[in-house]
Amino acid sequence: MALRTLFTKKALTRASGLGPLAAAAGDRGLGSGLGQARGRTAATLPDLPYDYGALEPAISGEIMRLHHQKHHQAYVTNYNNALEQLEAAVSKGDAPAVVRVQGAIKFNGGGHINHSIFWNNLKPVKEGGGEPPHSALGWAIDTEFGSLEALVQKMNAEGAALQGSGWVWLALDKGSKKLSVETTANQDPLVTKGLHMVPLLGIDVWEHAYYLQYKNVRPDYLKNIWDVINWKYASEVYEKETA
Amino acid sequence: MAMALPLAYASSVVHPFEAGRLSFSTKSTKHKKQIYQFRKVTKVLAYYGLTNPPYKLDALEPYMSRRTLELHWGNIHRGYADSLNKQLANSPLYGCTMEELIKTTFNNGNPLPEYNNAAEVWNHDFFWESMQPNGGRLPWGGVLDQIEKDFGSFSNFRDEFVRSAMMLFGSGWVWLVLNTNERRLSIVRTSNALCPLVWGDIPIISLDMWEHAYYLDYKDDVSKYVNNFMDHLISWHSATARMVRAEAFVNLGEPKIPVA
Repeated sequence: MALRTLFTKKALTRASGLGPLAAAAGDRGLGSGLGQARGRTAATLPDLPYDYGALEPAISGEIMRLHHQKHHQAYVTNYNNALEQLEAAVSKGDAPAVVRVQGAIKFNGGGHINHSIFWNNLKPVKEGGGEPPHSALGWAIDTEFGSLEALVQKMNAEGAALQGSGWVWLALDKGSKKLSVETTANQDPLVTKGLHMVPLLGIDVWEHAYYLQYKNVRPDYLKNIWDVINWKYASEVYEKETA
Repeated sequence: MAMALPLAYASSVVHPFEAGRLSFSTKSTKHKKQIYQFRKVTKVLAYYGLTNPPYKLDALEPYMSRRTLELHWGNIHRGYADSLNKQLANSPLYGCTMEELIKTTFNNGNPLPEYNNAAEVWNHDFFWESMQPNGGRLPWGGVLDQIEKDFGSFSNFRDEFVRSAMMLFGSGWVWLVLNTNERRLSIVRTSNALCPLVWGDIPIISLDMWEHAYYLDYKDDVSKYVNNFMDHLISWHSATARMVRAEAFVNLGEPKIPVA
């Protein structure tokens, strides 16, 4: 999906033409009209590949609608604003301002990245959501964790134990090709746990992801979300990275 | 406020008829068994009881619904208290007030497992008491004077508080504290369960910015929640009482400020 490529590491290079920051820093000689001249592609909210109500009863349509239209949209908007502030600060050479905006970039950019992955991690039951992984990923899970059930239990335990807001991930280390279960706080993307980490699956355990439906019983949400997890996507990513 | 109570007393109670004959070996077998069993159950524990908010659960409507309070207090706050007591049953920590327990378990930044539960129990007690039915509007007297002194005006303070709340990333709290080092009021944000007590500041008002505090009533409209808190819920009565107490510990030292 276009948005995913925008925010993988590969895209943030001058060669792709999409990397705003690297390009900006290099082209600074052009002067202060840079902001308009560059024509940076702003981040946009990706469409959901299914209807808001399609994941019921695991996740209610109301939650999906709010989650996508309000929360993810807010991350996108604020991320774009933060990038504009960054560009202004960089072109003015205002180092304190550059540093000050990093928090907003990490939070909102991370939120955009994470949620873009999340929508792909989910699939309606009718379209294959919840079907366990086969072949390469299935074997890797059995090797690493013993069984799919063991992995699910581990992710649920870590997700439930996470204090505050964050994400629980099934991660692939590109270097060692090993799978692991990781958690990140707030909207930190998985790369903050390791530069070689690739997310196969992420589960949002922020309260906005489940509170309206499950109230404070996060374990119930975690138990039910597996009914709509898109293992096909995880398998595709896994096979691509281990090719 | 939750207090530490010894759950049972280590007993050296002697039956009055035995008073003159304290030798254990002279007691009948049945009596020995009774005393032994009584002593077996006398283990001193710390225990923190869940206190009610100082108003009925529907008293904050329409700004905070009864349903929110039922879940937030009845399930989440109660859950923290239950977890804390379970942990304390197997812990040597005893004899602390809740504030002391928080500072001890915070362990200078390397928190012990009890810290999260203890801090959240205290944070929520403090939060319920930071609100009242028909709250909001303006403080008065010494609190208002101190706010005007430290922020320039009440509306500056209000704007800064709202801004701080909106800038919180993730779960956390926004506090009006009396900064004991600088001897002035200031606004701080903390993440998750972190409480300004641990670095020695004195909290005056708090606002819970965890999503569970507002999601049922406001969904993602955080700004409305924070503004409603400022305009309709914040308890300046509580703030005044807390300032009075705080001034026993911090000399604000400005002779022109009347005592709250």
